[in-house]
Amino acid sequence: MITFAFYLFACVAVAGGLLTVLARNPVHSVLWLILTFFSSAGLFVLMGAEFVAMLMLIVYVGAVAVLFLFVVMMLDVDFAELKSGMVHYLPLAGLMGIILLLELGMVVGISSGWAFADAAPTLRAAVAPAPEDVSNTAALGQLIYTRYVYLFQAAGLILLTAMIGAIVLTLRHRVDVKRQNVLEQMYRDPKAAVELMDVKPGQGI
Amino acid sequence: MDFFDTNFGIFLIILGQCLLVTVLLLVSLAFLLVLDRKVWGAVQLRRSVNVVGPFGLLQSFADFIKFALKEIVVPGGADKTVFFLAPMMSFVLATIAWAAVPFNAGEDSVWVIANVNVGILYIFAISSLEVYGVIMGGWASNSKYPFLGGLRSAAQMISYEVSIGLIIVGVLISTGSLNLADIVMAQSGSYGFFSWYWLPHLPMVVLFFVSALAETNRPPFDLPEAESELVAGYQVEYSSTPYLLFMVGEYMAIVLMCALISLLFFGGWLSPIPGLPDGILWFILKILFFFFLFAMVKAIVPRYRYDQLMRLGWKVFLPMSLGWVVIVAAFAQYGVPGYARW
Repeated sequence: MITFAFYLFACVAVAGGLLTVLARNPVHSVLWLILTFFSSAGLFVLMGAEFVAMLMLIVYVGAVAVLFLFVVMMLDVDFAELKSGMVHYLPLAGLMGIILLLELGMVVGISSGWAFADAAPTLRAAVAPAPEDVSNTAALGQLIYTRYVYLFQAAGLILLTAMIGAIVLTLRHRVDVKRQNVLEQMYRDPKAAVELMDVKPGQGI
Repeated sequence: MDFFDTNFGIFLIILGQCLLVTVLLLVSLAFLLVLDRKVWGAVQLRRSVNVVGPFGLLQSFADFIKFALKEIVVPGGADKTVFFLAPMMSFVLATIAWAAVPFNAGEDSVWVIANVNVGILYIFAISSLEVYGVIMGGWASNSKYPFLGGLRSAAQMISYEVSIGLIIVGVLISTGSLNLADIVMAQSGSYGFFSWYWLPHLPMVVLFFVSALAETNRPPFDLPEAESELVAGYQVEYSSTPYLLFMVGEYMAIVLMCALISLLFFGGWLSPIPGLPDGILWFILKILFFFFLFAMVKAIVPRYRYDQLMRLGWKVFLPMSLGWVVIVAAFAQYGVPGYARW
C-alpha cells in the first residue's frame, strides 16, 4: 500500500516538474509547480515527517507559490517570445541539471560508487530515528531550539537581511502623491467636518 | 470482525466515515444557509426566506435544484480547464479540512477521521490553500472584475493567515501539542467554562475571530466580491453548479473556522458547566453560536476600505499576535497559572 502511494506521489511529482518546464502558459507552469510541491509533501508524510510535510504545504504552497502566481498573472508576457529562447538555453539548463544530479549523488550515492565524503554514508544512515515516545514534531523542536539554536537564529537573520535588502532596493518614497493617514481619518470630528445648513426653498446657500 | 482488520475493511471503514461527515456537513450547511439569511433578514427588519417549506427551512434545497438545473456559461477566451478546476478546488479543499477535526472523545478514543499528530497544522495548511480556488477562478475567467477580485483575495488571505498562524502558536505553547484532541483535552478542568483557553488567551480570541472573517472573505472584509466595486469579484463569470461549488466551499470554510474557534478557545466538546457530561452536542452548539456571530457581523458592520484592511492585518494584528506569542512563552516558562498545561 505504501509502495503504491510512494510511486503515485513520485510519478505525480516528476510529471508535475516536467510540465512546469514544458507548459506553454506561465500560469499553468506555476499550477504544475504547486502540484509538484503537493506531491512532495505527500512523500514527506510517507517518510513519517508529517511536520515537514505540513510546513511544505503552508510555506511553499500556501504562501510562496501564491506570490509566484500573483506576479506571473500580473505580468504581461508574450508567450511566443518566452518560448523562443528555449533551444538557446537548453544546453545550459541541461548542464546545471547534470551538476545538481552529480552533487546529490555525491551526498547520497552508494559508498562503493560515488561517495566522495567519507562521512556521507554514516550521516545518511543516521536519519534521526526519533525516540519511540517523542513524536517527530517534538523531536525536531528539541533539536532546533537546543542544539542548533544559533544556526536557526542565523538563518532567521539571513532571511531578515534579504527582506530588508529587497525593500531598500524597491522602495521609492514619492512626495507628490496624496497619502492616507488612517489615524487622522479616525480622529476626525464630525462637528468640524459636517455643517448642517437650513436651506430656504428657491434660494440656495 | 476479521474482515474489518484487513486493508480493504479499513478502507471501507474510512470511506464510510468520510461519507458520514461529508453528508452530515452538507445537509447541516443547507440549514445554516437559511439561518444566515434569517439572521440577516431579522437585523434588517424584513421577512427573509419564508416560502419553501415550514418557515422557509427548505429554501436551500430549492436553491440547489435551481443551481443544478441552470445552464453553465463559459466566457469566451476563458481558460476552460482552470475555469472549472477553481470551484472544484475551492469545494474539495474546504471539505477535506474536516478530516482532522475531532467531534468528540470517549475514554480512549477520539471521534475523528484522521487523528493526526499535527492536526492543527493540517487544517491551517488546507485553509491556506483555499486562496487558490479564488485566484484561479479570477484569472481563468479572462475578465477584469474577476481578476481584480482574485488579486485582492490573494493579498488579503495571505496577510491574515500570518496572524492566524501566530495566534495558533500561542495556543500550541499553552498545550504543548499540535493534536486537536490534545488541545481540547488540555482545556478540561474543574472550573468548566472558565478553564477553557478563552480566558488566558482573551485578546487573541477577538483577533482570531476577526482574522477568520478576513480569511473566509466574509463581510466586513468581503473585498474580493464587493458588489459595489467589483460586481461579484471572482464569481462574476460563474453560473450554475460551478457557482454553487464556490458558495458551498465558502460556507464550509466559514463553518470550519467556527469549529476551529470552538476547538482552540472554547473547549470543543467539553461542557461549560462542571456537572454536565461532555459531548458532541456542546460542540455543535458552539459552532452554531459562532456561526450566528458571523451572520450578525455580516448584517451590522459596514465594509472596510482595502488599504484599511491591509493596514489592520499587517500593522495591527501581526505585531499584536507576535507580541502575544512572546508574552505567552514567558508566562508559560515562569509558571503563570493557566498558561502552561503540558
